[in-house]
Amino acid sequence: MVRITSSISELEELARRCRIEIVKMVHRAQAGHPGGSLSEIDLMAALYSTSLRVRPNDPDWDDRDRFILSKGHASPGMYALLAETGFISHDDLHSYRVLGGICQGHVDMKWCPGVDFSAGSLGMGLSFGMGCALAARLEGSERRAFVMLGDGEIQEGSVWEAAMAATHHELGNLKVILDRNRIQNDDFCSEQMRMFDIPAKWKAFGWNVKEIDGHDMTEIVDGIKFLDESNDAPSILIAHTIKGKGVSYMENNPSFHGAAPNDEQFAIAMSELGAVQ
Amino acid sequence: MSRMAATRDGYGQALLELAGNDKVVVLEADLGKSTKSLHFRRAHPERTISCGIGEQNMLLVAAGMASSGYIPFASTFAIFTERAFEQMRNGVARPNLAVHVCGSHGGTHTGTDGSSAQSIEDLAIYRTLPNVTVLHPCDDVSTRLLTKQLAKTDSPSYMRTARNKTPVLYDNVDPSTIQIGKGIQLRDGADVAIIACGVLVSEALKAADELSKQGVQATVIDMHTIKPLDIELVDLVAERCGAIVTAEDHSVIGGLGGAVAEHLSASSCTPLERVGVHDRFGESGQADEMLELMELSVPHIVKAAQRAINRK
Ligand SMILES: Cc1ncc(C[n+]2csc(CCOP(=O)(O)OP(=O)(O)O)c2C)c(N)n1
Repeated sequence: MVRITSSISELEELARRCRIEIVKMVHRAQAGHPGGSLSEIDLMAALYSTSLRVRPNDPDWDDRDRFILSKGHASPGMYALLAETGFISHDDLHSYRVLGGICQGHVDMKWCPGVDFSAGSLGMGLSFGMGCALAARLEGSERRAFVMLGDGEIQEGSVWEAAMAATHHELGNLKVILDRNRIQNDDFCSEQMRMFDIPAKWKAFGWNVKEIDGHDMTEIVDGIKFLDESNDAPSILIAHTIKGKGVSYMENNPSFHGAAPNDEQFAIAMSELGAVQ
Repeated sequence: MSRMAATRDGYGQALLELAGNDKVVVLEADLGKSTKSLHFRRAHPERTISCGIGEQNMLLVAAGMASSGYIPFASTFAIFTERAFEQMRNGVARPNLAVHVCGSHGGTHTGTDGSSAQSIEDLAIYRTLPNVTVLHPCDDVSTRLLTKQLAKTDSPSYMRTARNKTPVLYDNVDPSTIQIGKGIQLRDGADVAIIACGVLVSEALKAADELSKQGVQATVIDMHTIKPLDIELVDLVAERCGAIVTAEDHSVIGGLGGAVAEHLSASSCTPLERVGVHDRFGESGQADEMLELMELSVPHIVKAAQRAINRK
């Protein structure tokens, strides 16, 4: 793992720095997806720091754990973390959504070091992660596949094809984090497609399931330990999060799924996140 | 300066105007704000069916409703309609059910979302399906009029709209000149015919201006209907100009260029040059940058015209 830290306060600080970069990227590009980046970032910061076996100076290392950002629109979160962990430079973040830039609108394994999946179409990452997990087992490798899913995303039927297949194939090395922020593109999930008892659905498919508060770092570190230690079957950490977390006017606001802040809003965000201007 | 508008707005407007027919229903897959079906949803929530992020389900729900006498309009991004291609093939086209699919944000022009969002094969794949009409209008006026005509047809359709604004061409034209299956001649010239669709129609007009400065007179056609192709018009301009250029924000394989090439190969030996995306994926960039990078912009259309003329 990157092992920048495993102390709770340092993890919180890492996530705060990432949040600042997320808002900066989306503001510079005047496009992109801040909401889902801000909801996922505490989880990803902890995953990279306490569990994921990867080497920033050797991003293509064969035996690395795979991290698949299936909700690939939330790329600013991933780019910020890749910069903080040394896979890419902070200068690279300026290439977000810029012609020729390694930080493409949606994370893309062909463009950016440290990215294991070419995302952008929802509902594809779990199947891909299952393939990575199967390949690891066939090769006798200890590596694992981690997949970050959005809650809107799990409305795609193919997610459930993969969920069923993963238990059939007893893939204990397949691990999912679900960013349960309750908002999708147009509106709240409850308006677009009610999903009722999500934990029960995964349990019924034979998965190990744990629910946490996705912004409480102690619970997150615990949750990731649960993923690390549950190897008898595929496992899912359902993280209750707030879309836009950390920027007051973005929090719980469907409008900031895919919209950039204007200059005035940007200044407010920077001040709320404690950025040194 | 002419008015600028996005074709997706013409689609949204047409749905509202169609709402008087209570058989018209709208299906969404969490992109109503983007496709512009949201206006219909706000006015008629009871006839708007949210399918969540589930395009495959949406297509077949639409088919079931069509089989029960409704007139479904189902929309999402062009690229994500493709996920339901087999549903469209077996569940919609084969039984010839009048489901109208609208794919917005088509082409590389859609911009900085990058290659995963840039459909450059939609026209090609839907064109292979029997019974399916394939449209790609160039402005909001024609999009609105064509969408309204679709509601009266009894077979399925696919229409691509674009995300970004382009010049409006038909504010002051007689609406009866805009008909499914009929190309529109926008400019007359005897040396070469540029047959374009969608966001490249206004680029083709600019290219014709450039060519005219060089003493080359170009006919420009808005071929908003890719299928059925207006072959009479293609034959007419092939005969009159003796050289043809097609222009589309789509792969050169199988779309408008493919359709014209297939037709010409059986009817005449008119030289044809295809402006389109050359067998590659896009990337993140602004709309104008993408047209440049993909070799779709005015200078590329001009050069293609010169090549076609040289081959006469
Ligand atoms: C197959 C597919 N359909 C539609 C979209 C368009 N889209 C992008 S993000 C999004 C909403 C995603 O919601 P969720 O998974 O909850 O992500 P988050 O809230 O974490 O950003 C939609 C519909 C897409 N990218 N892929």
